[in-house]
Amino acid sequence: MDNSNTTHIKREVLVRLIHAFINQEMGNVRELPFQMRPKNGEAPYRCCIYKERAILRQRAIAGLGLSVETDDEMTSLNTYAQQAMDRTEPEKEILTVVDAACKGCVPSRVYVTELCQGCVARPCVSTCKFGAIQIKDGRSVIDGDKCKNCGMCMQVCPYSAIVKLKVPCEDACPVGAIHKNEMGHAVIDFDKCISCGACVGACPFAAVHEKSQVIDILKEMKAGKKVVAMVAPAVVGQLPVSVNKIAQALIESGFSEVFEVAQGADTTARTEADDFKERMERGDEFMTTSCCAAYNELVEKHIPELKPFRSDTRTPMYYTAKFVKEQYPDCVTVFIGPCVAKRKEAQKEEYTDYVMNFEEMGALFVALNIEVANCEDYHFANEASKEGRNFAVTGGVAESVKVALKDFPELFPTCVNGLNTKSVKDLKNWAKKGQCPEGNLVEIMACEGGCVAGSACLNNKRITTKKIQAYAGESKCINDLPVIEPKTN
Amino acid sequence: MADEKILLELCFGTTCFVMGASKLQEIESIIPPQYKNKVEVKAHTCLDLCKNSTYMKAPFVKLDGEIISEATVEKILKAIERKIDG
Repeated sequence: MDNSNTTHIKREVLVRLIHAFINQEMGNVRELPFQMRPKNGEAPYRCCIYKERAILRQRAIAGLGLSVETDDEMTSLNTYAQQAMDRTEPEKEILTVVDAACKGCVPSRVYVTELCQGCVARPCVSTCKFGAIQIKDGRSVIDGDKCKNCGMCMQVCPYSAIVKLKVPCEDACPVGAIHKNEMGHAVIDFDKCISCGACVGACPFAAVHEKSQVIDILKEMKAGKKVVAMVAPAVVGQLPVSVNKIAQALIESGFSEVFEVAQGADTTARTEADDFKERMERGDEFMTTSCCAAYNELVEKHIPELKPFRSDTRTPMYYTAKFVKEQYPDCVTVFIGPCVAKRKEAQKEEYTDYVMNFEEMGALFVALNIEVANCEDYHFANEASKEGRNFAVTGGVAESVKVALKDFPELFPTCVNGLNTKSVKDLKNWAKKGQCPEGNLVEIMACEGGCVAGSACLNNKRITTKKIQAYAGESKCINDLPVIEPKTN
Repeated sequence: MADEKILLELCFGTTCFVMGASKLQEIESIIPPQYKNKVEVKAHTCLDLCKNSTYMKAPFVKLDGEIISEATVEKILKAIERKIDG
């Protein structure tokens, strides 16, 4: 949900937490909800400031990287802040639901509105296979016990008077991993969740939070470690300045060096091109890309039969982090991107230590009072290609494989542009049949539009897509760039 | 009054942008037609309004010099309407 109000609240909490860390005021974090909603102040969104404070307290728990689910409501934020300061690694589950913010939307159901004209034809009554619709007082009424939410009545109503009430998080989830509990609050089933972040973006109350690792990262910096930032290709255009200025702002925030993950994307493109060629030559019907972390989670948890068709190539984040760790074995690596699922991926591989999302990056700049437009231009040590820099936009990955393959006429690229219930069904079918009717190189992006549509973006995807394409346009072709090796002593 | 335009100044400095000004980038195209040629829109890198303790009130915009804090598209359009229609 592209909403100014929820955006502002979430980011203000992050800014205040970072502030508290920098000013060594973590012992006063319990005051945060009171500072944001002071005595005699207004409650702009909810019934009263007490409710708003309760929500802010829970948002702060998520901002400290902890679970709201296990909160007993009695524990002070100071205690949680201390836990965040003491822990040696981030928590395993990466999302948490701020139940105080979750409104407990009415259950998803089909509903006859007052627009019903009580017509004589009554197509809704005759269409319903379950006998769930009756006419009462001249209007159609749905019997909730009989209704199966099939929506047939909606389609036949000549007045479009029947609507489906949705629960935005449930509706957005491609795998049915979020549901309301008996209290009406959303609960994530982590056995099913693929960390795509669709619910994070969909909730109009911003009740689903990523558990931030920002405190962990700041602790590493404070301990004097060499902390290296790896910025995802989608970083371009997140702020209205050049990517070089954003990188310099990261240096001013305490990072030692900044690498473009686009350089790892080049490795992904080259490796995937070889993989594709090999698979086609041995007679495979199709191959899917493997760079989207949420898609990889989907395959592992829901469509294991797709595994043989998914490229074995590792992701741009993996190759970049591996490169950085080979160059600086003692450094701490932080992936900076728009994506929830990258947090899961980082837990599963050995080279990426932490993940920071773009919202947290923005909050860091705000807390440190860094005006990015006034920063110098940072010079990246390694050059990335046009194709690698285009990875964040749908179609970019397939195109990079095509270019890296040079001449391979049997390549038919296609894109699954966004994971939803329909595309997940398609993927299951393709895996079952062992064939994809749309093409033989299938690029898969969990977010519609690509990483530029990730749930933690600072700028809208139309603008960032243009900026990325302009930046990529100035870059060299992948085939004209040498393969880079880490510099080791 | 007929020819005089009111001045809408937007701030796209880091603080304002992160705190919500990104949503104001396309405001010029959202201003209703009856007000469109009565408003001049100007974008700034920073209006310097965030450099005090109230920076949490970002994003800031100025309408004929009058500061609107925690600006949203809705707030700005209402202010324009008030300014022009009185």
